[in-house]
Amino acid sequence: MKKLIAILLMASLALVALAEAPSLSPSSPDGLRQGGTLGEARNAPAIAGDPRDVKREVRNYPEQPPVIPHVIRDYQVDKRFNRCLDCHSREAAPSAGAPMVSVTHFMDRNFQVRAEVTPGRYFCTQCHVPQTDAEALVETDFKPIDQVIREGDRGENQ
Amino acid sequence: MMDRLKYYWSLLRKPSVHYSLGFLTLGGFLAGIIFWGGFNTALEATNTEQFCVGCHEMYSNPYQELKGTIHYSNRSGVRAECSDCHVPHDWTHKIGRKMEASKEVWGWLFGSINTPEKFEAKRLELARREWHRLKANDSLECRNCHEFDSMDFTLQDPRAAEAHSTALTDDSDETCIDCHKGIAHELPDMAEVNR
Repeated sequence: MKKLIAILLMASLALVALAEAPSLSPSSPDGLRQGGTLGEARNAPAIAGDPRDVKREVRNYPEQPPVIPHVIRDYQVDKRFNRCLDCHSREAAPSAGAPMVSVTHFMDRNFQVRAEVTPGRYFCTQCHVPQTDAEALVETDFKPIDQVIREGDRGENQ
Repeated sequence: MMDRLKYYWSLLRKPSVHYSLGFLTLGGFLAGIIFWGGFNTALEATNTEQFCVGCHEMYSNPYQELKGTIHYSNRSGVRAECSDCHVPHDWTHKIGRKMEASKEVWGWLFGSINTPEKFEAKRLELARREWHRLKANDSLECRNCHEFDSMDFTLQDPRAAEAHSTALTDDSDETCIDCHKGIAHELPDMAEVNR
């Protein structure tokens, strides 16, 4: 009897082991690229399209850094030159037909307005990004401020 | 020394004694073809990307900046390589530019831009030279591909269309490089540059 139990136990263990062993590579943690194993190289998702036809977008809330409604490929922004400010600077904006960077960009850390864009606000793409047709990478329940106000007025979600 | 020169001069002036006229004319003709072909082949060889980035100065500075720009890699797979923008395509100007390039051989021999720091220090000077050259020849190398007559202004955005239809006409002295600086390499410190 004992022998039989032992054999049955070993057989079931072997079955479990066989069922569990289709791949020797452990599965990778589910990050932004779902599925796959550690040993397997999965294709990167396609690069989101050019925002070539995008018009200026309404901001979702007042302090939102406006998104960039044009292609910024190869734009040089470093200590030698800032291609964005080539059109969006105070002097260039009217002739370029581009919106001037807002006055907050001229404030130093003591809220003193200076003549030039302050170094802390110099690197445009730290806050401003081009609008593309990319899907959101993670699920989000973000609502624009107008929607929040409307729902608040109607007494929803309170 | 003088005697020897005189001897060669008289030798050249004397009619040929041993070779027939046919041999000399045909031989000269064939040798001419070979030399001219060889010259042009060598000239073309110095016009390739492979030749340009053969030196580490060109490979590790301007070439790395060119990679990733629209002129190097793009949807349609047309590439403008070094010589397309930096060497004129027609013969006379090409030979002129090639003679100028002997200065670049000098720079290579003495390593005038052989470190990133030296290149950075000379960036403005080198950029100014190219801007000046393109301004002087009415952006000839741009226009080898980007023809004004082939531009459809209705497909450009309004500001570009406005600029192109006024600035590029014959009565304006504006040219491509006036606005399109730094499209294939990084710009130098532009603080001192009038744009």
